[in-house]
Amino acid sequence: MIDLSINTQLVQNILTGFIHTEITRMGFSRAVIGLSGGIDSALSCFLAAEALGAQNVLAVCMPYKTSSPDSLEHARLVIEATGVQSLTVEITEMADPLIARFSEMDAVRRGNIMARMRMVVLYDQSAAFNALVVGTGNKTEILLGYTTLYGDSACAINPIGDLYKTQVRQLARAMGVPEAVLSKAPSADLWKGQTDEGELGFTYAEVDQLLYLLVDERYTPAECIEAGFAEPFVQAVVRRVQRNQFKRVLPPIAKLSNRTVGYDFLYLRDWGT
Amino acid sequence: MKLKLALAQIATQLGNVQSNLEKHLRLAEEAHRAGAQLVVFPELSLTGYVLQDLAPTVAHRPDAGDPIFEALLETSRQIDLVVGFVEEDVRSRFFISAAYLSDGRVVHVHRKVYLPTYGLFDEGRFFALGDHVMAFNTRFGRMGMLICEDFWHASPPYLLWLDGADLFIFTSASPGRGLKGGDRLESSRWVDDINRGYASLFTSFVVHVNKTGYEDGLNFPGGSAVFDPNGALVEHAPYHQEALQMVELDLNQLHRTRARLPLLRDERTTLVLREMNRILHQQG
Repeated sequence: MIDLSINTQLVQNILTGFIHTEITRMGFSRAVIGLSGGIDSALSCFLAAEALGAQNVLAVCMPYKTSSPDSLEHARLVIEATGVQSLTVEITEMADPLIARFSEMDAVRRGNIMARMRMVVLYDQSAAFNALVVGTGNKTEILLGYTTLYGDSACAINPIGDLYKTQVRQLARAMGVPEAVLSKAPSADLWKGQTDEGELGFTYAEVDQLLYLLVDERYTPAECIEAGFAEPFVQAVVRRVQRNQFKRVLPPIAKLSNRTVGYDFLYLRDWGT
Repeated sequence: MKLKLALAQIATQLGNVQSNLEKHLRLAEEAHRAGAQLVVFPELSLTGYVLQDLAPTVAHRPDAGDPIFEALLETSRQIDLVVGFVEEDVRSRFFISAAYLSDGRVVHVHRKVYLPTYGLFDEGRFFALGDHVMAFNTRFGRMGMLICEDFWHASPPYLLWLDGADLFIFTSASPGRGLKGGDRLESSRWVDDINRGYASLFTSFVVHVNKTGYEDGLNFPGGSAVFDPNGALVEHAPYHQEALQMVELDLNQLHRTRARLPLLRDERTTLVLREMNRILHQQG
């Protein structure tokens, strides 16, 4: 059994310090977060509220007409537990005209449109609230590419992107995220009955252990199989991680000059601050 | 003899030397008022750590003709200082350096000899390698300075020991990483372990000052610490916050420990040299 447990107090200290430092050094004091009712955004919201003060965090709920009523209810529990400011902006009227334009549109396209509509709302609210968007993507979904490019992955800073889903659960529990949010099956809630684990074809508990060996411990796929993981599972995950690298990097710029952004024009985001 | 020192575990502004200088002067003044005789700042304390293309634009020369060092040297008339900076030599090579300043003079400059260029580190891309490991005399005895990766290798502390250093000043800007260290990050635990080891093996004082704060997603955990010649922890600064930690060292502990444990007396440097030559000759 691979132990992914973390010291929650240590991680909480580092992540709240990160949120506070990285937002204030850019001249902001506030954050906006898209609150889905799921555990990842709940944890980001708890961390941001702790880092910045609840009054400086705006949680935005953005249901679509097919969204589960539970999602909104669970988001409300998080808002109440943290005391953050909140706003609900339905995206149905934004998304439906585009979806109606293409009658053959499949669920993936519709899901991507919803994720990107939410991004539009969130970035607009960040301007209105004079805030930065705090991301909610965890390490598991970033590695698997289980995310919509320029949709739910869009953010200014991401506090939980180096925590596997298993670790998100542990930290969320320690910080007091409501039980209803902790115990439900993770879901992108893009269509009725969707669950992450149903769609991915494996559980987070399984894939987190495998990813930990592959990524953190630098095991070869053959060594993972030797360690007891089924070969088709290992191959599927390795392929998935590789195929989704494009979601983890900025678009490559074709180099022509002697100095090109991304190759030899190198500065941190925190340049000068 | 006692040495009262201050560990200036600071966060920096990335590439803003003027702002970082002001923090140095403020903390040096505060340390002086609290009775400290020496204040130690971390690696690249005047510039911040992940400089990349900023490196040439924040470089300075450690002499009184440089406006940054002019102010620091003036302050060193009150209190000795160790500061971290990007050094540009006369031929425009850029080094990660640490300077020991005292009584208006530059006593010693150490240029980092090991530049980590692996994993999250990219120092070798931007900086030149220092080429010397030398101890130096101060008004508190003979000391040696090393910067971060320098003391992740065993040989530079060993060389300083042979060159007469009784007090090792280790500075770092070490990004925190590794979640398997219990209530500390693994990298924090590791550096305490090796520094305790150096203090014990070399029956010397080890003073380690690490940076704190954040640069993009990197956290610098601080956790500066001092170990005595018995390997005992004298003082430990907090993690993940700025601190000006005051420490009093009883330098007579060198005498007591070495009277009991004559590791320095018994060190066989000629044997080391002979075997080094044999090993290098064989490899060649």
